[in-house]
Amino acid sequence: MALLEINQLRKTFGGLTAIEGLDLHVDEGEIVSIIGPNGAGKTTLFNLISGLFPVDEGEMLFAGQSLNGLFPNQVTELGLARTFQNVRLFPNMTVRENVMVAQHCRTKSGILRSILRTSKFRHEEAEIKARAEEVLGFFGSRLVGYRFDQPAFVLSYANRRRLEIARAMGTDPTMILLDEPTAGMNPKETTELTGLIGKLRDDHGITICMIEHDMQVVRGVSDRVICLDYGRKIAEGTYQEVATNEQVIEAYLGRKATDAAS
Amino acid sequence: MAQTTKTPTAAPPGDLPPTRQNFVDLVKAAEWGLVGGATATFVSAIGMVPDFDGRTLIDPFLTLGYLVLFLVPFAFGYMAARPLPTLEGQEPVRVGPKNVLAGAIAGTVTGLVLFVPTLVAVNFNLRSVFVNLSPAMADTLTLGQSLGVGLLLLVVLCLVAGAMGAGVNVIPARWRVPVMTGLLWVLTVGLLEDLATQLLRGLNLDALVGVFFAPGGGLKPAGAIIVFVLVFSLQLVFQRRPPGLKARYQALDQSERRRWTIILIAATAVIVYLIPIVLGGFMSEILDLVGIYLLMALGLNIVIGFAGLLDLGYVAFFAVGAYMTAVLTSPGSPALTPELTFWAALPFVVLAAALSGVLVGTPVLRMRGDYLAIVTLGFGEIARILFLSDWFDPVFGGAQGITQIPSPSIGPFEINTPPQFFYPIIVMVFVAAYISWALANSRIGRAWNAIREDEPIAEALGVNIVTAKLSAFVVGAALASFAGALFASKIGAVFPNSFSIIVSIIVLVIIIVGGMGNLAGVAVGALVIVGLPQLLREFDEYRFLLYGALLIFMMLAKPEGIIPSRRRVAELHQEEMSQDAWLTAEPESELDEARTTPATAKD
Repeated sequence: MALLEINQLRKTFGGLTAIEGLDLHVDEGEIVSIIGPNGAGKTTLFNLISGLFPVDEGEMLFAGQSLNGLFPNQVTELGLARTFQNVRLFPNMTVRENVMVAQHCRTKSGILRSILRTSKFRHEEAEIKARAEEVLGFFGSRLVGYRFDQPAFVLSYANRRRLEIARAMGTDPTMILLDEPTAGMNPKETTELTGLIGKLRDDHGITICMIEHDMQVVRGVSDRVICLDYGRKIAEGTYQEVATNEQVIEAYLGRKATDAAS
Repeated sequence: MAQTTKTPTAAPPGDLPPTRQNFVDLVKAAEWGLVGGATATFVSAIGMVPDFDGRTLIDPFLTLGYLVLFLVPFAFGYMAARPLPTLEGQEPVRVGPKNVLAGAIAGTVTGLVLFVPTLVAVNFNLRSVFVNLSPAMADTLTLGQSLGVGLLLLVVLCLVAGAMGAGVNVIPARWRVPVMTGLLWVLTVGLLEDLATQLLRGLNLDALVGVFFAPGGGLKPAGAIIVFVLVFSLQLVFQRRPPGLKARYQALDQSERRRWTIILIAATAVIVYLIPIVLGGFMSEILDLVGIYLLMALGLNIVIGFAGLLDLGYVAFFAVGAYMTAVLTSPGSPALTPELTFWAALPFVVLAAALSGVLVGTPVLRMRGDYLAIVTLGFGEIARILFLSDWFDPVFGGAQGITQIPSPSIGPFEINTPPQFFYPIIVMVFVAAYISWALANSRIGRAWNAIREDEPIAEALGVNIVTAKLSAFVVGAALASFAGALFASKIGAVFPNSFSIIVSIIVLVIIIVGGMGNLAGVAVGALVIVGLPQLLREFDEYRFLLYGALLIFMMLAKPEGIIPSRRRVAELHQEEMSQDAWLTAEPESELDEARTTPATAKD
């Protein structure tokens, strides 16, 4: 059953067409990778789904609900979280607080309850904290213990990426959009994260759609691969199918180069 | 002139190149002196030195005027003698007589530059333009002596001040803080003589007043020495701080901790109860004003410090609070006269302010930074003009305002003198401080924080920014309306001109100077910014000049404020701190932590 379904999506920026007539679906429990050369419209697609940009034409359905015209926080509330390509944490908040913020849409305490410190409030606050620490535990020992109270800006690059994923997990999603989760990581970290992405689906039942440039990662975890170019879908299928697709090779390497090579 | 001669000072031989170790940069020192001279000339020519000469700090020899004057060579002497920063792996630069020499040179140059205004004031009459360039000023600068002797004396004193400023760099770090704290306390006690004597009298220690203070004003030399020695030794003792009190408090078990909390609260209550009784009417009046501004500052701290919404029209909520109180309680209100009591009116006042918070907040929801500042600045002025307008004249009384606002009363006790007013104000301040603390450590506080750090990301993480921003405006408005209500019933009348833009600015300065995001910092800020000018009437004329100078100084030297919040320090010194954290980080797996590249955007 399709968890996320996109029909005839279109988005233009002035004269530039970023997404054109795109059909796409992600089934529940799937790991789908989206690849494509720079400027293919991959991140734009994520921004449209998560409500950061308004859609020009087309329809996006998540678990049967239309995402069109929703604010980003409403999309997250439906259970669709995301990470960002250029890691954007709250650098001056602690590691734990970064994840605690993510529980915002799952909790209710308002001004009055916070001021009066009712037992309900204290109970909820303890739950938020416990949930945040549980999520951070997903990455083994990397983000726990003394890390809880460190501000996010002291983290190494790889840890920042991990914290971003933890933060997305903190919103209790059914699906996560990962925007280049392994960018800037070394081979060892990349392998580790590839394993974790699989675990995210297998152990936590979270459906994943990710943009990725590292073909090792794509091959390692994807059930299905979709290739975009100039805002259109040019290929779809298993990794093998897409990797050997003429149009995909052409999009990455260019026509002349392939001609010359053959 | 001194700066042309190279001085072969006896410097310790070292491996370092001679430029770092052996020579005083004389040209640099003279340059500092020239800047100091310009500053001292400015300070004298705007009339500060002669004006402040009336207040004696230490009886026969130091007045506030001379303090201001000689503070300039002192400060620039300090700057001129600052050693080069020591980088990682370098041997620390040794300080010694050469640094004092640099300070002395800077001081001398400052003194020499001061010849210009003195000679101009004596020989020419430029008073149609420079009002304060008068013979009286020249007389002050030459210390009442004849011109020749006076100028010589001036240069010598500047030299000494510069050398003393330089000396601060030379004293070993262990002694530096006690000495400076001691000096600072002597000057503060001299400056706040009225407060100090009132305090002694209030505590029934009249006899001590004569010991410390001279009859004509100012500390006696003996009193100054006592204060210095006392502060010096206390500082020296407490420098080696016992293991954190807070940690010890947290280590106590539940019942122990509760007992200590109750003791602390009781002690605070007793002290608070005694403050206005000890300080008397005049000082209480000042404290009341400080309290009202503090209340506003705590509210604005939520809007700016927590949620990061730069609101420059904050006075509007203060005005709404004051006017609502006036309309609801005063029998002299032009249109409506429900004549409620102060306490019965308060819920309506807060409701009205909350509504106005929504009213101001809604149109600016999608605005950030500079745009938000400008728009809210406009809203602040609109509020004042509306209260002044003919349109609302039948309700708010236009320029005549609303008078006959009754004093609040608790049971049979009416609150109408300044010492009595201190109590409701301080209670409100504590309530506001508690609200700030409670909200900062809650779901909504985290949401504000996230919005301040990165608004689009906060939204993408599920934070409803509409409700979060509006609730920041509403809470801020409610606290300002408390301040407005207290202000209106304390003064007994409201006029539109009490709510000018300058109130917003002062409140903003309070939280910037004090330390944004920190409650104690905001309190200190209110005392310094609102309390001091009331206490030192001489400052009144130079108030805005001093605010400006203070702001610039704070931005350069301590942008996080006097008592900053931990988070604010982190924000403003992020680079240094991440460096330190990296250096002290516990090594993890082989490669992981080696890559501490900053997370710059990839595209």
